[in-house]
Amino acid sequence: MIPGSPAGRQLRRLALALFLALLPACQAEYPQSVLHPKGEFARITDAVFMQTVWWAVLVFVLVQGALLYAMYRFRGRPGDAEPDQVHGNTTLEIVWTIIPAVILAVIAVPTVKAIFKTNEMPSGKPLTVEVIGHQWWWEFRYPAYQLTTANELHVPVNRTIHLKMGSADVLHAFWVPQFAGKRDVFPNRETRLWFVAEEPGNYPAQCTEFCGIQHGKMAYRVVASQPAEFDAWVAKMRTFAAAPPAPPAPAAKDTVRTTSVGASLQRTATQDPAVAEGQKLFLAKGCAGCHSLVALNAPKGMLGPNLANIGARSWIAAGTLENTDENLAYWIREPQLVKQGVLMPRLGLNETEAKSIAAYLRTIR
Amino acid sequence: MATTVLGHETHAAAAPSEKTGLWSWLTTVDHKRIGILYGTSAFIFFLIGGLEALIIRAQLFTPNNNLVSPDFYNQLFTMHGTTMIFLGVMPLSAMFFNYMIPLQIGARDVAFPRLNAFSYWVFLAGGLLMNAGFLVNAAPNQGWFGYANLTSRQYSPGLNVDFWLFGLQVLGVASLAAAVNFFVTIINLRAPGMKLMRMPMFVWMSFITQVLLLLAFPVITVALIFLMFDRFFGTHFYIPSGGGDPILWQHLFWIFGHPEVYILVLPAFGIISEVLPVFSRKPLFGYAAMVFSGAFIAFVGFGVWSHHMFATGMGPIADTFFALATMLIAIPTGVKIFNWIGTVWGGSIQYRTPMYFALAFIGMFIIGGLSGVMHAVAPHDLQQTDTYFVVAHFHYVLFGGSIFALTAGAYYWWPKMFGRVLDEGLGKLHFWLMFIGFNLTFFPMHFVGLYGMPRRVYTYHAGLGFDIWNQMETVGAFIIMLAFLVFLYNMVKTHRGAGTKTPADPWNGATLEWSISSPPPEWNFDTTPQVHSRDALWEFKREHGGMLPEPTHGTGAGIHMPNPSYWPLVTAFGLLLLNLGIMFSPKTGPWGIVVGTSVLFFGFFQWVFEKGYSEFTTPAHGAHH
Repeated sequence: MIPGSPAGRQLRRLALALFLALLPACQAEYPQSVLHPKGEFARITDAVFMQTVWWAVLVFVLVQGALLYAMYRFRGRPGDAEPDQVHGNTTLEIVWTIIPAVILAVIAVPTVKAIFKTNEMPSGKPLTVEVIGHQWWWEFRYPAYQLTTANELHVPVNRTIHLKMGSADVLHAFWVPQFAGKRDVFPNRETRLWFVAEEPGNYPAQCTEFCGIQHGKMAYRVVASQPAEFDAWVAKMRTFAAAPPAPPAPAAKDTVRTTSVGASLQRTATQDPAVAEGQKLFLAKGCAGCHSLVALNAPKGMLGPNLANIGARSWIAAGTLENTDENLAYWIREPQLVKQGVLMPRLGLNETEAKSIAAYLRTIR
Repeated sequence: MATTVLGHETHAAAAPSEKTGLWSWLTTVDHKRIGILYGTSAFIFFLIGGLEALIIRAQLFTPNNNLVSPDFYNQLFTMHGTTMIFLGVMPLSAMFFNYMIPLQIGARDVAFPRLNAFSYWVFLAGGLLMNAGFLVNAAPNQGWFGYANLTSRQYSPGLNVDFWLFGLQVLGVASLAAAVNFFVTIINLRAPGMKLMRMPMFVWMSFITQVLLLLAFPVITVALIFLMFDRFFGTHFYIPSGGGDPILWQHLFWIFGHPEVYILVLPAFGIISEVLPVFSRKPLFGYAAMVFSGAFIAFVGFGVWSHHMFATGMGPIADTFFALATMLIAIPTGVKIFNWIGTVWGGSIQYRTPMYFALAFIGMFIIGGLSGVMHAVAPHDLQQTDTYFVVAHFHYVLFGGSIFALTAGAYYWWPKMFGRVLDEGLGKLHFWLMFIGFNLTFFPMHFVGLYGMPRRVYTYHAGLGFDIWNQMETVGAFIIMLAFLVFLYNMVKTHRGAGTKTPADPWNGATLEWSISSPPPEWNFDTTPQVHSRDALWEFKREHGGMLPEPTHGTGAGIHMPNPSYWPLVTAFGLLLLNLGIMFSPKTGPWGIVVGTSVLFFGFFQWVFEKGYSEFTTPAHGAHH
């Protein structure tokens, strides 16, 4: 095959196409990977990491090679004379002290630069989100929009997101690998983190600081969308209000809410008997004691996650189950089987009751 | 022995003097027997820790697996970590400290033989207390690092944290007592002519380890006392609602915890530095650099603790300091690796089982060291920390490092301790199974960690790409299990008579322990050796013009040896009762504390006023004090 020939070019194009086809496949296979950064913070750290990896590969090959060579070359044979009793070599020892020192200095420079870069928020008007870790779910508040939500963080792409974080109980850690490194959250101490999401998508994320029995199921999603879509989401969320929002969003005109928790309950009460039943049970069984359905100026200090827009979320129980009708009903009926030790008690609901509540929650979207 | 000292039985009539049987082991103050006790207990704890790991791996074999409950899983990973560190690697090192340090420096025992026995019994008490939680399904479940404020009464109301807290506190007493003992032993009991810079490298690394223990354990002791006060007496050292700060725990824990890493690995460096020269038939390359790099690692090791805490958001200045200090440690570590390769280079390598493990140690430690440098890249450590990438790293240094080295040590010193060489064929089978199993288990963890799998999660979802890697890891873990079954079989086979009695010096050793019979007599050396150089035994053999004749030993008559004593055991038991007393005091009141303290002090008084040593009769054999 002649490199310049049309066939050769075709082949190369095919190879390139194959390679490009594999790349996204790779990323899709590892949606929580740190190796495919989708945001500025993660890109900065990835760059310095990859540089270190190549140094490591070089050192690995050379040193491991020297070891293997010595192991082969100097294997003893029967009858060998006693080898030269060498005790050391000062020049050599100085050289192999200096070479690693130089390599480390070469790694240290971009490391320190990256430390300062990642500690400083990029300029531009950031969107501030307050993050509160709970055993075992995440609360997100948007002071600019007076909104509260849980377990699904919505952000616009290409805008700096500034996180002010805390915990309601024990230590947790916030981690969205595609966007930024981890940051621990503490009770009574604010920690901060920033990131810029560069690509729209629904990203898996999870708590990484051990926080008790259900640390393993304290996941969440980050939904990054185009600014217009994000604005639509905000407008929609603002309709989950105790009082009519001003100005009311057009989509919510037919669903006026009047009371605090019960506000959104009245929304679809007329559509389906199961939904109406679920709405009653939601109050009667005490769900509303821990879960608010109000996103706008939501009450603070609720024990359970805010459920405004629960019907539209992709996952439930903090990333434990996909948000299907069946899963939702099962979770409501048997929380201790789904997530042993979770603070949501088993209420002793029968299957119909659980399904009614699930049907009702499905309408909260 | 008192009874061998003619005419002087009377003053020690009450003291136990059996040489065989259970009672002789309970009352022994012989450093070699205590070494064997340490080794046996630690190996059993190690197997328990391994079993815990196997259950963990079985649970993670498939996504959303329900083999064990979340709480039991948390108990398993907490106990796996705690066990392998405090009840596995540390006391396995202590086995070699006990058995080998006095032999290598030409001493008859450690400086404080009864304190040595006390250390062992306290260690055993701590290990049992730590594991006792399993009996009531309340084993520690908060992680080996026990981060506040999850450990507070509010979030951990059960006994789980208490078993850990008091278990660790008791183990700390054992470690500190032992560290004082070996520190003094190495400083004071070296044979004449064995200057510091003539000591075997294992003694040097052990010595540095004792310094680390002496400086690091007080910190964890204080941290645990604070935790005990928070849990039992209502203080708020770590409780934010009371004005305390959970970060205080993290600083205290890691100021202890990072030097602890070197406590685990420096003895391994020492063992490797003994094995490589002997099986290369060539002295250790760059002895002085090895000593100083070890000391430098230990020193800087106290200045890097916050690299465990980058995710807490310490700010750019602190991040920079701890990142650079951590990178700095790579330099002396590199020197060690190069010097080990330099030791092998130009040698005549004898491929015996200990050498297999020692050479693999270098290879595995290089990988662990390189991933360590990656952690030092602080901004990216925010991505790595608390993922399986870190799990991969520390298993490469603690398993690929410490465990491989300890296994090399076991095969190397087995003939000295038990008079028989372990079977070579089985030893090599053990090696290959362990080498393959180890890499199959832990190398994929690098990938699965970078693909986003956090540590300490009892399960994971399908669809995140973790499945295949976890399956490989689980298969690898069971291959490691096979390796240790082969090891156990090797021990049994060797001692069922198949192994031949070995000469005193089967490997052409360089150090003094090979100059005496295997196993050595109770008093080790009939005459204290006079040392003129490093690698003292090689020097003797060179002067002699070949291998020395098999050593013969006298009756030991006239040699000044400590009496056996049961008071260390009683005192250790009192310490255990005291800690149990505090632990259950919310239910039982102060009675346990009163009883425990009484037994403890009774033991102390009896110990202090016991006649510990028999007197000299004839100085014929030249006691070395």
